[in-house]
This record gives sequence, C-alpha cells and structure tokens, in this order.
Amino acid sequence: MLTIATPEGVTFSLPLAGPFTRSLAYFIDMAALMAFFKIFHTVFQMLQLMGDVGIGLTILIQFAFINGACLLSELLWQGKTPGKKVLGLRVMDEHGLKLRPEQVVIRNLLRFVDALPVFYALGGTVALFSSRSQRLGDLAAGTVVVRTVKSSPPDVESVLAGKYNSFRDHPHLEARLRQKISAEEAQLALHALVRRDELEAEARVRLYEEFANLFREKVKFPVEAVFGLSDEQYVRNVVETVFRKRSSV
Amino acid sequence: MISDLKTFIEREKPHWEDLERELLRVREGVADLSDLAYSRRLLSLFQRTSSDLARIQGYSAEPELKAYLENLVGTGYSEIHSATRSTRRFQPLGWLIHTFPQTFRRQIWGFWVALAWTIVGMILGGLLVAFDVQEAREAIYPFPHLVQMTPSERVAREEKPTVEDRLAGAKATFSASLMQNNISVSFKAMAFGMTYGLGTVLLLFYNGVVLGAVALDYIADGQTIFLLGWLLPHGSFEIPAILVAGQAGLVIGRALIGWGTSDNLRTRFRLIAPDLATLAGGAAVMLVWAGIVEAFFSQYHAPVLPYSVKIAFGSIELVLLFAFLFRSGAKAALKMRN
Repeated sequence: MLTIATPEGVTFSLPLAGPFTRSLAYFIDMAALMAFFKIFHTVFQMLQLMGDVGIGLTILIQFAFINGACLLSELLWQGKTPGKKVLGLRVMDEHGLKLRPEQVVIRNLLRFVDALPVFYALGGTVALFSSRSQRLGDLAAGTVVVRTVKSSPPDVESVLAGKYNSFRDHPHLEARLRQKISAEEAQLALHALVRRDELEAEARVRLYEEFANLFREKVKFPVEAVFGLSDEQYVRNVVETVFRKRSSV
Repeated sequence: MISDLKTFIEREKPHWEDLERELLRVREGVADLSDLAYSRRLLSLFQRTSSDLARIQGYSAEPELKAYLENLVGTGYSEIHSATRSTRRFQPLGWLIHTFPQTFRRQIWGFWVALAWTIVGMILGGLLVAFDVQEAREAIYPFPHLVQMTPSERVAREEKPTVEDRLAGAKATFSASLMQNNISVSFKAMAFGMTYGLGTVLLLFYNGVVLGAVALDYIADGQTIFLLGWLLPHGSFEIPAILVAGQAGLVIGRALIGWGTSDNLRTRFRLIAPDLATLAGGAAVMLVWAGIVEAFFSQYHAPVLPYSVKIAFGSIELVLLFAFLFRSGAKAALKMRN
C-alpha cells in the first residue's frame, strides 16, 4: 500500500500493483500493439508499394509505435495504457501528485535497462524487492503503479426505502425499540443490510437470523405485524424504524 | 466513531458528489482555476471531504465508505496540491531553442565527462590500429567492409564514376534505418546510467574506440580529406547527439551515487527528471537531422560531391550546433533570473 499524508492531516492509502499484474498489463499492451500492426498491415503494405519513401515511413512508424506507444498512451490517458486500463491500473507520482510529462518520458526510456537481459527480468527483480513495487524506470521517474479503486459511498437510502414497514402501525412499540437498541447494534444491522450482496447466501441467512432473534427479544411486536416476515425483512424493518427521520413518522 | 452513519452520509454525500464533479472538470481542463472564488470553493470541498475521511478512519466497520473517501481525497490531493500544474501548453519550438540548450549547459559537466571517455576510447582505438593489431581491427570495426579493404581501396571504389546512383530509391529507407539505430543506441546510453553510469561510460568508450580506430586508419592511409568529407556532414550532429545522451546517462549515474548533495535518492531523481527528458528529446531531434544528412548527403563523394563542399557543410553545422548549445536561450535564462 502507498500511504500518503496530506497537509490537511489526513492519510490515505492506495493499493500498489505487484510485478505479476504489471506483467499481465504489459502482455496486453504488446497484444494490442500486435493487433494494431495486424490491422494496419494492409496500410503498411500500401505504403511500401510507394517505394523508398513509403518503406522509410513504415520503418519510422513501426519504430515510433514499438517504443512510443506506452509513452504516448500514459501521457494522454492519465497514466494508463490499454493493458493497465483493462486491469484497473494507472501510473502516478509516488507522492500522490499529478503525473508530470517528464516522469512518463523517463520511466518509458528506462525500459531499455528494465528489460535486461530478457523479459524485464532486471526490472521485475528490482520491483520484487522494492517497498513500492518500483522497477528501475519508476525509481528514476518517481512513479508508482497503483490499482484503481472503483468505489462509491454505501447506498444506505436504497436499503431502507421502498418496502412497507409493518412496525409503523405500532408507534409505541417502535419508540420502545429505539430506546432498547444501542447505536452499535443499529450500525451493525445497517452494515449487514448494506453489504447484503457481498455475503454468501448461507452466511447471510445465519447473520440475519441472529440479528432478528436479538431484536425479537428486545421488543415483542403483535403477530399481525410480524406474520410471514423473513429474518431479513425483520432486520430491515428494525433498521428502518431506528434510522427513519422523526418528521416522517 | 460516527453514531449515525445514515445521517452522516445523507448530510455529506452532496458535498462529495460536488467535489467529484468539480475534480472531473479540473481534470478535463474546463474548470477555471484562476477564478479565486471557484478555487476557494474547490479547496473547501476538498478540506470538508478530508475531514470526513479523518472522522471515519480507525472505524473498521466502514471499509466501503473509507475506500470511496480515500479515492476521492487522493484524486483531490493530486489535483489541488500538484505544484506542477502549468496553464501553459508545451511549446515545441520554445523547448528546442531555449529549454534544451539551457539544460545542456546546466548539466555541462556530464557532457565533458562523456566527451572525455569518448576521447580516451579514441586514443585506445587509434593506438590499436597504429600498432597494427589485426585482431583488434576485426573486433572493433562495426562493418565488414572496413576490415576487408584498406581505406585507399574503399576511397577508390567510392570515387569510381558510376552511371547509376547506388542509393537511388533507397535513401529514405537508409535514412529511417539510421535514425532508428542511432536513436536506440542513444537511448541505451542514457538508460545505462542506471548502472551507476558504468554502462554509459562503457558505451561511450566503445564508440570512441571505433571512431579512433577508423580515423587513424584513414589518416595513416593518407585519406584524411575523404574521412572528413565522409564523417563531418552527419557526424557533426550524430556524435554530439550520442554525447548528449551519454550526458543524460551520467546525470542519472551521479544522482544514483549522490555526489555533492545531502538530498535523498528520491529527491535527487525528482530534481533531475526534467533535465533527463529534455536531454533525451534533444538528442533524438539531433539524430533525426543526422539521419537525413547521412543518407542524402554523406554517402556521396567526389567527383559527385566535392570534398570541400562536404567538409565546409559539416564544419558549418558543427560551429552552428555548438553556438546553439552554448548560446541559445542564454538571454531568456538571464531575463528569468533577473
């Protein structure tokens, strides 16, 4: 993990990409490059038919693409190449700052040494022993490759909204429930609902059962309020009761 | 710990989404950061989100929210705290005529060291040829025709009148191949700086050995004029370009060793990064010119192209190049300093 402390006194961590994932990204880049040459094979052939100038141009275009495709892609695509994009990786400054163009140029120029003697053996070995998984080019350029965390805030509202809560017909019991349930218990129940889809089916059933039993012991609701309620729906009703805004009661 | 996560998220989420939107606008370059009110608002949103992250840190029950806020604060930190933000676009001409020569002069020590190692190599190469070490010739010379025939024989062959241009229909291909090869060699000279400069020194030394051996071979055989006419037009750019790439490699080597500075390795690399990129780019531009000259000009000899013209052309190039490297951008640098 790359941990950065901001002047605001906050620290945040970014997951570093290991040598294996980076190698995979590189193979994808190479495959993309080969596909490019395959697709434009006819164009290159037509260029070569133009004679001397066409052949010269082909040599230069191929040279520029083989050596400059990653560089150009990282420059224009905020530290990403096609391979990195597919695997959710990106190059960034090791201090968490914006990637500067010269950093991209240096890390790509130094591929020559990282690739020695074959298949990035030197760069890979250096990255294995580096605390930030940096190859030589990264060390010189002051860059790291991190995994892009695609995240969004927990969708609490959708967990609580949309279903009829039979407990609402018994406001005095709801008030008692709010008194008897601690803040920690309510939070845990809310998390269990928010992460519903992350839990395995069996674990989910067991967890909701435990929560429902705990809450059932705190306040007894009449049979008509709980008839046919699953453990999960019981927990959902309890959480909605606890977190519902008072004005909407 | 936050006692009411739902209220916390409900209250703060609009600000987080606002920050997300604004950061996207900044990244896309559509936000006007010169607008003080806007910048203050952006900073305020970032600080509020940072504060929210600080509140949930240490509370292990919020991994999802924590990951989201860390991502947002990380992006905000990158955009807001980057001292590298420049509103000016990259100007290739300004970079070439000002930045490149200024950088060359700032790291001039590297150029002198690169030149010194090349000269040491040239002396050794010259000595090996002077003592007529046949094995050395075979080991040193990069092209078989240099070993298989004496300089006089080659000159006689080159000067033999032919009806057809032997490079007809192949000049551009030859030029492109030369550029490709020379740029690769130069970038290797730079990259080998990561071996504490040793790889760079060896490459420059070897280049020097070849150059010295070939030069003495031709001089000893009375072909000095041919040699100058052959090498000067493209060599006046090609050799300095390799030296400039070597200069960049030595700058890397010095940063690794850490001579004359108490900065740590990361800081040392951070300080030299812009210079390295500029030197590498400058060397590449020089080699493109050298490739064109070598294919379209250097390969023609008397009587097609008089040696006097070739030598004059090469000499003028050399003088102009060094005038450019040592003088260009000096006024602009002085103006900035004042």
